[in-house]
Amino acid sequence: MIAEIGHFALIIALMLAVAQSMAPLYGAWRRNATLMALCSPLAWGQFLLLGVSFLCLTYLYVVSDFSVQNVFLNSHTQKPLLYKVSGVWGNHEGSILLWALILAFFGAAVAMFGRRLPQTFKARVLGVQALIGVGFLSFSLFTSNPFIRLNPAPLEGQGLNPLLQDPGLAFHPPMLYLGYVGLSIAFSFAIAALLEGRVNALWARWVRPWTLAAWCFLTAGIALGSWWAYFELGWGGWWFWDPVENASLMPWLAATALLHSAIVVEKRETLKSWTVLLAIVAFSLSLLGTFIVRSGVLNSVHAFASDPTRGVYILGFLFVVVGGSLVLYAVRASTLQAGGMFAAVSREGGLVWNNLFLAAATGTVLFGTLFPMLADAFGYKVSVAAPYFNAVFVPLMIPLLLVMAVGPFLAWKRGNIAALPGRIWPAVVLLLVGLGLAIWWQGAAAPLEILGLATGIWLLASVLVELAGRINLFRTSLGGSMKRAVDLPRGAWGMSVAHAGMGLVVIGMAASISWEREVISLKYPGDSSTLGAYEITLQDVALKQGPNYRYHEGTFIVRRDGAVIATLYPEIRNYTDPVTQTTEAAIYPLISGDLYAVIAESGANNIPGEPKRWGVRLYHKPLIGWMWLGAFMMFVGGGLSLSDRRLRVGVAQKAKQAEASV
Amino acid sequence: MKRKHQRALFVGAGLAVLALATTLVLNSLGQSLNYFLMPTEVLAGEDVPQGTFQLGGLVSDGSFEADDEMGVSFQVEDGSSSLSVVYDQVAHGLLPDLFREGQGVIVEGQWDGSQFVASRVLAKHDENYMPPEVAEGLKEMGEWRGEETP
Repeated sequence: MIAEIGHFALIIALMLAVAQSMAPLYGAWRRNATLMALCSPLAWGQFLLLGVSFLCLTYLYVVSDFSVQNVFLNSHTQKPLLYKVSGVWGNHEGSILLWALILAFFGAAVAMFGRRLPQTFKARVLGVQALIGVGFLSFSLFTSNPFIRLNPAPLEGQGLNPLLQDPGLAFHPPMLYLGYVGLSIAFSFAIAALLEGRVNALWARWVRPWTLAAWCFLTAGIALGSWWAYFELGWGGWWFWDPVENASLMPWLAATALLHSAIVVEKRETLKSWTVLLAIVAFSLSLLGTFIVRSGVLNSVHAFASDPTRGVYILGFLFVVVGGSLVLYAVRASTLQAGGMFAAVSREGGLVWNNLFLAAATGTVLFGTLFPMLADAFGYKVSVAAPYFNAVFVPLMIPLLLVMAVGPFLAWKRGNIAALPGRIWPAVVLLLVGLGLAIWWQGAAAPLEILGLATGIWLLASVLVELAGRINLFRTSLGGSMKRAVDLPRGAWGMSVAHAGMGLVVIGMAASISWEREVISLKYPGDSSTLGAYEITLQDVALKQGPNYRYHEGTFIVRRDGAVIATLYPEIRNYTDPVTQTTEAAIYPLISGDLYAVIAESGANNIPGEPKRWGVRLYHKPLIGWMWLGAFMMFVGGGLSLSDRRLRVGVAQKAKQAEASV
Repeated sequence: MKRKHQRALFVGAGLAVLALATTLVLNSLGQSLNYFLMPTEVLAGEDVPQGTFQLGGLVSDGSFEADDEMGVSFQVEDGSSSLSVVYDQVAHGLLPDLFREGQGVIVEGQWDGSQFVASRVLAKHDENYMPPEVAEGLKEMGEWRGEETP
């Protein structure tokens, strides 16, 4: 019964989406206010129905109704509640339903917050949004229906891949989807602007908060995924240049570029057609990401659906969306008026630099990700290994980051390059001190690693110096500076926090790669290993029982100068439904960095009657925690900017009215 | 600065970054391409890359052996032939969780004429999952035992 309600709600949602994609667009064309007014109630209706549908599926998972095929294939009665719920989106059908739900959520959000949008514009935005919705809802209903029944109903489900039973991963897909789908709003705004033939500062002010929100979620989603890989896969790595990781990185890069070029449109009414193109590209890359994950065409750790009809459907959909929007762009972009002029050295110039390098980086990642498909078409089976991405991506990021540090010091329109050294020298001092301290602390490293580290420190230092300049630190009383700090617009704080976060991420990456220490060995319980200054003893390995698995738990005692400073408990988990073994790394965060321990069944010929030997992998990763902290700061920085009053559409509208009345 | 000059500057900067990116891509792509072969293709000896490549197939049942120094060896088969793979866990890391006999695997490394010296073992994160290359290779060999997707 519940499954049928969910199924029925899904069908009606599709019908509403069809209506929403036609009536408002037609109404906007014919200037029919009644038809245009339909867009908001339809968007609300679609969201509510999909909400009902999603709740039904969640309910079916919670009560373990195995008469539904999707629940049977992906759930199990013994699973903890959190993973029953996260199992809803831990599979193909459920995740597509979540995609559609989030899409409808953003549509409803535009309907609610966009009351002040011009009527035709709002109708067009929601109409385009509904077109995407039609694409996804029919995909769900016709190729990936989560509500199909099984008869007879099995008694027990097949379970969820135990690797996915992890709190980090439970929230990783919804975060990523909020980001992917959030970019659909920027896309819809771009298409609506092309249909209207008008892009101005006000448009950028509407687009930016949505892009910013999507960007925050993408950042959080990528960071959670990377964090999961770090402690769940037991290799100590956090980024593998896997096609699916690239699939989330590319929209992030494009969204980052869009975020910054929209600022130029807002402040200076220039770079308009480029910004519209970026909005189209960013969402197209999100769709491509979904395609890569869902189609299974690329050999990837995440590919869990490999039904060819689905791949063909998404490929067709992608073709229509990308092709259609690019054709529209080609026809209409010339109607957008060229904007103001600016010098090469200026805030705009810095942001153009940002866009050029982000676009180049996106392009090279795209090329490397799709190259195996391209080669396959010619009969070659190849894969592009991580060295390609490292060799291409890093050299493109370094110039970007170097200028990212300087950009905020430059004035709009025409920056004064002669005055720059006078303002930025404290950052150079901080850079030298920071770099010196790091090398004194951990020793020398390869030149490229030092360059990476220097870039991160330079960025962090320049953010601090820029912020200090803004609040007149050391030039006025401390109280005066504090007052200025409090009075700074949230947008300015947001930028500083997010940029500083990026600096921390770069420092964390460079330091953890440069100074990582690693020991892999076979150990009897009681044996010790030396890792830098730490002596780590495998004290014991015990067999224990978890909620839906049995596990071997290793106990490692960490000593420094003879004193015990930490105890680590890595696990090897053996799940029975399905039969799978997973590794849980134990991580102990020290101020100097993470201690990371993994144990494994050694497979070595153990002599009966003697203690078993275990494979042991130990790491010390200096400053790696800064990466997660930095990513969190980027998320917070985006949120701060988002809360800035200047970004609120209502304020913008009032400003415009004030302008008009002057 | 006139509008014309500004446009020229944009185009120039764009082309410069494009040229930089293209150079980087061309420089590194050649060295980072890993060809994918099945055991039969390796043993046939035609076009076996000198450097690193990927070998895919099934880990033969009963072939896994481990020595006291964390070195392991196993056979990778594709139905018509099999060859032996050696892998040193101390140098290259512990075997992934889902590595098991009878399962699909991709190993990355070099062929020394008698055995495959692996530097990376990729077993995928799903017990039902078969790497697409392996599935396709096995299909070509007529050895595909998995169910066809409907």
